[in-house]
Amino acid sequence: MHHTIEVEHLSYSYPDGHPALRDVSLTIAPCEKVALVGPNGAGKSTLMLHLNGILRGQGHVRVCGLEVGDGNLGKVRAAVGLVFQDPDDQLFSPTVFDDVAFGPLYQGLTEAEVRARVDQALEAVHMRDYAARVSHHLSVGEKKRIAIATVLSMQPEILALDEPTAGLDPRARRGFINLLRELPQTMLVSTHDMRLVAELLPRTVVMDDGRVVADGPTEAILNDPALLEAHGLEKP
Amino acid sequence: MHIHFLDPYRPRPSLIHRLDPRVKFALTLAFILAVALTPLGAWPVYILLFSIVLSVEILSELGVSDVLKRSTLALPFALAALPMLFTVKGLPLLTIGPLTVTQAGLERFAGIAAKSWISAQMAIVLASSTPFPDLLLAMRAFKIPRLLVAILGLMWRYLFVMADEALRLMRARQARSGQPAASAARVGGSIAWRARVTGGMAGNLVLRSFERADRIYAAMASRGYDGEVRAFPLPHITRGQQSILALGLGLLTLLVLGGFLFWG
Amino acid sequence: MLASPVLVPPPAPPAMHIPDGFLSVAVSITFWVLSVIVVGYALKRVNQDLGERQVPMMGVLAACIFAGQMLNFSVAGGTSGHLLGAAIATILLGPWAAVLVLTCVVGVQALIFQDGGLLALGANIFNMGIVGVAVSYFVYRTIQKLAGGQSWSVLVGGFAAGWTSIFIAALACALQLALSGTSPANVAVPAMGGIHALIGAGEGLITVGALAFLYATRRDLFQARQARPVGGSAVWIAGLAIALALAVASPLASSHPDGLEWVAEQKGFLDVAHKPLFEIIPDYAFPGVSNGTLATILAGILGALIVFGVAFAVAYTRRNRQPVPTDH
Repeated sequence: MHHTIEVEHLSYSYPDGHPALRDVSLTIAPCEKVALVGPNGAGKSTLMLHLNGILRGQGHVRVCGLEVGDGNLGKVRAAVGLVFQDPDDQLFSPTVFDDVAFGPLYQGLTEAEVRARVDQALEAVHMRDYAARVSHHLSVGEKKRIAIATVLSMQPEILALDEPTAGLDPRARRGFINLLRELPQTMLVSTHDMRLVAELLPRTVVMDDGRVVADGPTEAILNDPALLEAHGLEKP
Repeated sequence: MHIHFLDPYRPRPSLIHRLDPRVKFALTLAFILAVALTPLGAWPVYILLFSIVLSVEILSELGVSDVLKRSTLALPFALAALPMLFTVKGLPLLTIGPLTVTQAGLERFAGIAAKSWISAQMAIVLASSTPFPDLLLAMRAFKIPRLLVAILGLMWRYLFVMADEALRLMRARQARSGQPAASAARVGGSIAWRARVTGGMAGNLVLRSFERADRIYAAMASRGYDGEVRAFPLPHITRGQQSILALGLGLLTLLVLGGFLFWG
Repeated sequence: MLASPVLVPPPAPPAMHIPDGFLSVAVSITFWVLSVIVVGYALKRVNQDLGERQVPMMGVLAACIFAGQMLNFSVAGGTSGHLLGAAIATILLGPWAAVLVLTCVVGVQALIFQDGGLLALGANIFNMGIVGVAVSYFVYRTIQKLAGGQSWSVLVGGFAAGWTSIFIAALACALQLALSGTSPANVAVPAMGGIHALIGAGEGLITVGALAFLYATRRDLFQARQARPVGGSAVWIAGLAIALALAVASPLASSHPDGLEWVAEQKGFLDVAHKPLFEIIPDYAFPGVSNGTLATILAGILGALIVFGVAFAVAYTRRNRQPVPTDH
């Protein structure tokens, strides 16, 4: 029952009436690495925001056996590490250390425990020396790594990443993919980067217009030209 | 493009940089207060205070000429005090047309200019030798409420992001501000039009701020934010730093007292 | 190469941020105390009124205002207008949050960029963060009420709030300088008032432009804000009181720079009531500035007040003329 994402018949419309998710159902098993692809406006980001309760729609969302709802949000948000598309939104503290320490601090850990977590998280993204740095001086690639560290410090079981390689130059992108390869957590990666999908993520879920239109092994999906064309995707 | 110029902090391996930010903050404020309390006309005290700030500048390895150059930014405001040269009653020194400069007026004006200039220099050293996060720490130590410190932290962090966006908007406007090759027509549009365009840019910035704030809130909530501002307890101040603070305060008190005794 | 605005730290509206040395210690400390009290109360109120989103919202808007002060447009004569932001902040966030936002902006301008002194910071926060906000709130709410909530009142109110906030804050600044003995009131008030009556128009225009943009793109923001009168009548009264006090005290102070002796003069003042207007103002002018020039400047201030009064009157009559479908 643990280490899974279970989405059952999830529907959601934005306040202005626009339906973003229509009856989405999805299960992810422990340690799976899953790609979430589809054209812009398909609902990928919206779906991710439901995983930790930032948005609430009709239907059920269960994370690690916990129903996502009032009363569980603290635990859910510790279990699902959501990494946003724009690292500038995620690095909001004065220093890198403050940002990475934010999660554990709000989990109520002691100062010593928080420091240990920060250390581990920065080590995991190979940025130990950056603790005292100020966020706005960092490059995009560096910021994206720190952004991952800010959720890793909460020791989540699932990582949900929104467009992780967007805006990265080839070298930074390569480094980032290598980093993702090293991380042991269950992963759901929303992306347009089909080469990343082919390289790293064995399962692909295709979304379009708020629905799940395909869900299966990446190789099968990438070798189905009709499917790819129908949903605005290209084979890498 | 990145706007680094906005951040005045310059890392240096100097003694001043290594001081505890709380000590620096306290001494800067005490210094400015001492300058303000020094009676006008107590020129020797001014000279001493000026030499203190010059020494600090040298110690900080920031470059005395750089600090002095930046301190001249406050000069235009001196115009506000200019009338004093003529209106304060005293020994007439110089007559220009209907205006007469008096000695007392000149002394007061010079005194105000000196105070302003000396205070500004110390503030510049503080800002240039202390990273902003350390200044936030100092503010917390001075019991500035956590909510305010949190807002300051966010403001500083996103100042550069917003400035980048403002710069892009301005560049876009400039790119569209062409001048026709041969035209007698007045270029640039009316003031009202220009103000509307600028207002639209301002509105754009504000809108981006609201959207950015929403996303930041989502990121904060995703990491457990519950509306309460939390932070680590402040680190301990070492004995060495405490003595520096005591020494500095003692010296300034002596100067001020001296000023009052002999010129008050 | 790009024009210079990029290369210097963002300047503030000229002569509104008082550096150290220009205010007496007594005035500095008095206004520090006043500011601390009001800001302290604002912190309490914000905690009650706004929700969890308050911190990022205020922080980012403060950053926006700071960055927005880089936006400029050239006004005839080469001077450029800048944004103070008190009106926008008040209209969008309500007065208490706006006080905090402006406090942070003015504070960092002083601490990091030496735009304004540290001892004088209390007075600067008072002028820009408290007077600016209170007056904006009073003007905006009044125009809204007079117009019965029609959409154009947002624009008229925005302009009026923007202009008044700058103008009245400048008067406060001038009086503080006069109280400190740095600048005689009969020079400071007309000078500050005159310059900022012009700059205030810029602030008003930019405020309107921004509000119009937001109203067109995100009307939901407005509806959410206007639903609750976050400030309450206490702020409204404070704004009215401050605006009146400064608007009345300043011309008086400027024509009676000798402070306490004006009471004695007033007796003589009333005796010459039959003379034409500009001759009634006694000749305490700054030597070299003729009565005529001083009168011109004071007339400028009076003219501005009249325009303002007309704006109110228009708001009132228009409300009576049209039926009120509140739009969505």
